[in-house]
Amino acid sequence: MKDQFVVPAKLKTTSFVLMGIGVLTLLIGLVALGGEHGATRFWAGILQNSTFFLLVALASAFFIGATTLAHGGWQIGFRRVPEAISMAVPVLGGILFIVLMILVFGEKDHIYHWVNAEHVKHDRILSGKSAFLSKGFFTTATVITIGLWIFFTMKLRNMSLEEDTWDLSPETGRRILWRNSVWCGGFIVVYALSVGSTTPWLWLMSIDAHWFSTMYSWYTFASTWVSGLSLIALFVIYLKRNGYLSYVNEEHLHDLGKFMFAFSIFWTYLWFSQYMLIWYANMPEETEYFKPRVWGAWRPVFFLNLIINFILPLLLLMKRDTKRNYTAVTYIAILIIFGHWLDFFQMVMPGSVQELNFPWYEFGLGLGFVGLLIFIVANQLAKAPLAPRNHPYLKESIVHHT
Amino acid sequence: MAAKKFVVGCFGDEAVLFPAVKKVRAAGYKIHDVYTPFPVHGLDHAMGLRETSLHTAGFVYGITGTTTALSFMSWVFTSDWPLNIGGKPHFPLPAFIPITFELTVLFSAVGMVMTFCYLCQLMPFVKKHIFHPRQTDDKFVMVIEVTNKSNAGEIKDFLASVGAAEINEQIAEPGWWYGRFDREDRLYAEQPAPLNV
Repeated sequence: MKDQFVVPAKLKTTSFVLMGIGVLTLLIGLVALGGEHGATRFWAGILQNSTFFLLVALASAFFIGATTLAHGGWQIGFRRVPEAISMAVPVLGGILFIVLMILVFGEKDHIYHWVNAEHVKHDRILSGKSAFLSKGFFTTATVITIGLWIFFTMKLRNMSLEEDTWDLSPETGRRILWRNSVWCGGFIVVYALSVGSTTPWLWLMSIDAHWFSTMYSWYTFASTWVSGLSLIALFVIYLKRNGYLSYVNEEHLHDLGKFMFAFSIFWTYLWFSQYMLIWYANMPEETEYFKPRVWGAWRPVFFLNLIINFILPLLLLMKRDTKRNYTAVTYIAILIIFGHWLDFFQMVMPGSVQELNFPWYEFGLGLGFVGLLIFIVANQLAKAPLAPRNHPYLKESIVHHT
Repeated sequence: MAAKKFVVGCFGDEAVLFPAVKKVRAAGYKIHDVYTPFPVHGLDHAMGLRETSLHTAGFVYGITGTTTALSFMSWVFTSDWPLNIGGKPHFPLPAFIPITFELTVLFSAVGMVMTFCYLCQLMPFVKKHIFHPRQTDDKFVMVIEVTNKSNAGEIKDFLASVGAAEINEQIAEPGWWYGRFDREDRLYAEQPAPLNV
């Protein structure tokens, strides 16, 4: 049984090529996107990609937390995969933190208009929100959330690695379950209060600073969570295709597919709830968000978003055979991740860049982040055996039957 | 439906039941059904049951609900009785979505429950023959139909050899019927053996 992952040279090359494309796009963007307006697009692309990929990586930690608290056993066989993905959080969190600090403390207000004190002074709405949308609060909240995420993802990973060195005994098993439940419980609270509540309001919703929606954070959460599940499925399939994870089979893939299916519908539920309440009330301060998206240049993207993220997963993943088919799940997972990347694109751009451009720059940066993610995850997977051998639910995972 | 002859084997443990099911199938006997007190994973595969098509039925019921809701509401609000509600258009698609969703769920849920009842031959007031009173309690009951290619004595011996604890022969109506159990005594040629409690 191949239990120790060795990073293949091909995967390493792929990750370096993708990262190269990302850096090259960044350099081209620096040159090509000149002027005031170009700078806005330059930073909006970076913000969109770094937020999206950080939250997608963080969704893996949420996967560990949620399944642990639910006393799930089926995922233990591939638990090292979400663990490895969550180890991208420190790196991506660092990148996003630098980007946000430049955007908030930089000379120009490229993305966030509320950082401009002169502008806020003459704006009654923004001055009313100034306690929340201020440089001090923004920075404090960002430092605390990213810091706590890094702390908890490292903690969960280190605990899991440490448990491999223990002796196998009923006592060990009870201890593993207990301390994992405690730390995952802590993490879920932090996650709910950050991704499920304040963080997307600060980082993304404040681009359209006049507008507000209490659904926004849930919507962002659903988007990144379903992409995170797709990413886990992709890495599981990759390892399986290369002869690893011999105890993971169609049954586990079926359950991951069910998660992708269910949370695509959950995302649509939030997408619709946010849209319908605003459409129904029809108040100008709320509809301004949807005006460029539904009735402006962004209309094709807005509906493409719905087709890729709702209609296609709904129809494709509905059948049992599709969810148990490695090739089909691979393509649908890539489609879902691209779809939610597009979702973030239409969340960030209309409020900052305003007009719709062909997203060569944003997509190139996205490829760079994918390369970085592959590089980190592959190295993390190679660090430890692929089975958490002392976990009491490992057997339950091996005999899992859907 | 005419009453048929069955050999009933009773098992105390699913670990004995599983190999027994496989051996009985391999020997070519016709398994009528296996009754267990809880869902046993993989038993359907061991018995060679085909995949259920209940989900396909559910999909069909679901899209029927979607179509019904959308077409009915569109007809009412655009041609039959157009109303001005808060200045919204006469075909307000977002406002139709929740009802469409509810009707999709309602149609597929009710339809699937009724189809499930039909497939399992369950319905209020409908009776089915119970092969062993403890099949819903703690016993695993395998029922083998006696066809014209097999005989009861042979099946009994075979069941004993694969580990059945309690074996008897019953003539019973395999389908469902309306009525009361105490009035249907004629369906039972041989009562199940008394319980050793």
